[in-house]
Amino acid sequence: MGRVVLVTGVSRDLGGRFARCIAKDPAIERVIGLDVVPPRIDLAGVRFVRADIHHPVIAKLIDDNQVETVVHLGAIATPISAGGRTSMKEINVIATMQLLGACQQARSVQRLVVKSSARIYGSSPHDPALFVENMSPRRMPRSGFGKDAVEIEGYVRGFARRRPDVRVTTLRYANLVGPQTETLLTRYLELPIVPTVLGFDPRLQFCHVDDALGALHHSTLAGAHGTFNVAGDHVLTLVQAVRRLGRPHIGVPPFVLSSLGSLVPQLRQVDLSAEQISFLTYGRGLDTSAMRQTLGFEPRFTTPEAFDDFANGSRPGAMNPQRAAELERQMADLIAKVRTYARR
Amino acid sequence: MPDGEGDVDAWEGRLAELLAFLRHRITGDYEVDEFGFDVELTERFLLRALRPLAESWFRIEVFGADNIPSVGGALVVSNHSGTVPLDGLMTGLVVHDHADRFLRMLAADLVFRLPFIGELARKGGATLANSEDAERMLSAGELVGVWPEGYKGIGKPFAQRYQLERFGRGGFVSAALRTGVPIVSCSVVGAEEIYPLVGNIPTLARLLDVPYFPVTPLFPWLGVLGMVPLPSKWLIEFGEPLRTDSYPEGAADDPMVVLDVTNQVRETIQKTLHSLLLQRKSAFS
Repeated sequence: MGRVVLVTGVSRDLGGRFARCIAKDPAIERVIGLDVVPPRIDLAGVRFVRADIHHPVIAKLIDDNQVETVVHLGAIATPISAGGRTSMKEINVIATMQLLGACQQARSVQRLVVKSSARIYGSSPHDPALFVENMSPRRMPRSGFGKDAVEIEGYVRGFARRRPDVRVTTLRYANLVGPQTETLLTRYLELPIVPTVLGFDPRLQFCHVDDALGALHHSTLAGAHGTFNVAGDHVLTLVQAVRRLGRPHIGVPPFVLSSLGSLVPQLRQVDLSAEQISFLTYGRGLDTSAMRQTLGFEPRFTTPEAFDDFANGSRPGAMNPQRAAELERQMADLIAKVRTYARR
Repeated sequence: MPDGEGDVDAWEGRLAELLAFLRHRITGDYEVDEFGFDVELTERFLLRALRPLAESWFRIEVFGADNIPSVGGALVVSNHSGTVPLDGLMTGLVVHDHADRFLRMLAADLVFRLPFIGELARKGGATLANSEDAERMLSAGELVGVWPEGYKGIGKPFAQRYQLERFGRGGFVSAALRTGVPIVSCSVVGAEEIYPLVGNIPTLARLLDVPYFPVTPLFPWLGVLGMVPLPSKWLIEFGEPLRTDSYPEGAADDPMVVLDVTNQVRETIQKTLHSLLLQRKSAFS
């Protein structure tokens, strides 16, 4: 008998793509996709169930279908797409609690894969250069998705304690990038002029969407029990990333940056919360040795490669590499001309 | 004029190279390591900016540069003084110019909290002083610099110059023992006189959230002018590497071993400081 996989959050980009991709796997008999709104893309081979995770129907759904693996991708990192911070918290924390409650009763559930975020570590000047999974944040995230992630992982740990027979894999992703993926950070980086925190150039790490899917796939089929950072190797600094997009950047004091968020209409679609501003000030790095050694997953893209793949799909800015190379040629020509003129 | 022609060629080559460099920078086509270290920027700008200060202002003389291992992880342990951590920057420059290695400095969190300074520190190869980062760098074969006296050393009154403070709890020794790298002591004479600390304004320090607000004979009385360091004469000596790979497993967690090695390093530096002071004719010549 094949395995039955339940995927939550399938109406969003990553969830939908993952459900479609796992449905093609011969090792999987059936995929059930769950979300509150119907998916925008065609979920070929996935049985879509429109339901709130809050609903008691979930426990019945898991039971009736003898679900063996639950992949929880329902947590939303952006208050805008969740319809405000309050409902985001509701979706993230309460829904996770309910889902895990349903799983705890179901004897058929053998594996749980949860998508978490590196935002759980927060960002501060007291941080080590790279976070290892067992380090707790120096300053607990007090707001935003980071706080939700702390609470979600708390419930997941509680579940793992009560159901020691279930293999639980928690993946803490770095910021996702990909050719067609829009996140708060990519929206910020694609502003015509990128406002940065004056006097700081934080280190950023990215995870390519293909690798994010790959890690989920690997954790569903093979994987290991535990919590793992998932990110591409190396780092880019914020200014470096903005320059790779050919966009101008301007440093502004942090308090100006946070008020810009509410004053400039273009910036309303960009997250300039206190949590995000501290990330844009101090940055963050992840140690990924456990991902390689214990989880057994090898990403295809390094951080710069993942970012360049995103940059290639993005509208080129004013100072793109072609323009820069052309400018350099023009300058060299000018120098040669001056030289021949001087010789005469 | 074949000579002039050659000059112009060299000049044009340099200009072309500069243009290519600018293009790499403007398009973000350069590398930083996971700690944020930007080799290109450090060599081309940061170290170049410090060199005149080291050579013409402080006239630094270096002894025992051969004691710095040419490859592999090693821990440079130095005394700390001077109100402002110029001694760290100068040691980093000296290590680069005399041993052809980059000194990866472990700095206080205050550094990373400050705008511009924190950014330049990471780009210049520094990271936060904690055991995780120290061990990560040492295992990666980096030359790591540490100033175990911390604020107590750098912010001590001028009257106590060249008297070493406590070397913390020996966290740096644990890191060296755990990674099995040698410890190279570094004694810096001269930094004590650059900003002679005669007082402290605790209220201002609390207000600015810094460990002390320095008062020197020139600062804050002369404002910006008071920030110019006095041109003292500097001597820097690197001691013979102390091997740590012969200790048994688990020595890093044995407080007796750790404190013993810590004291050994501290005494070496204190002795070297005294002998360097005898060697130096006066503080400013």
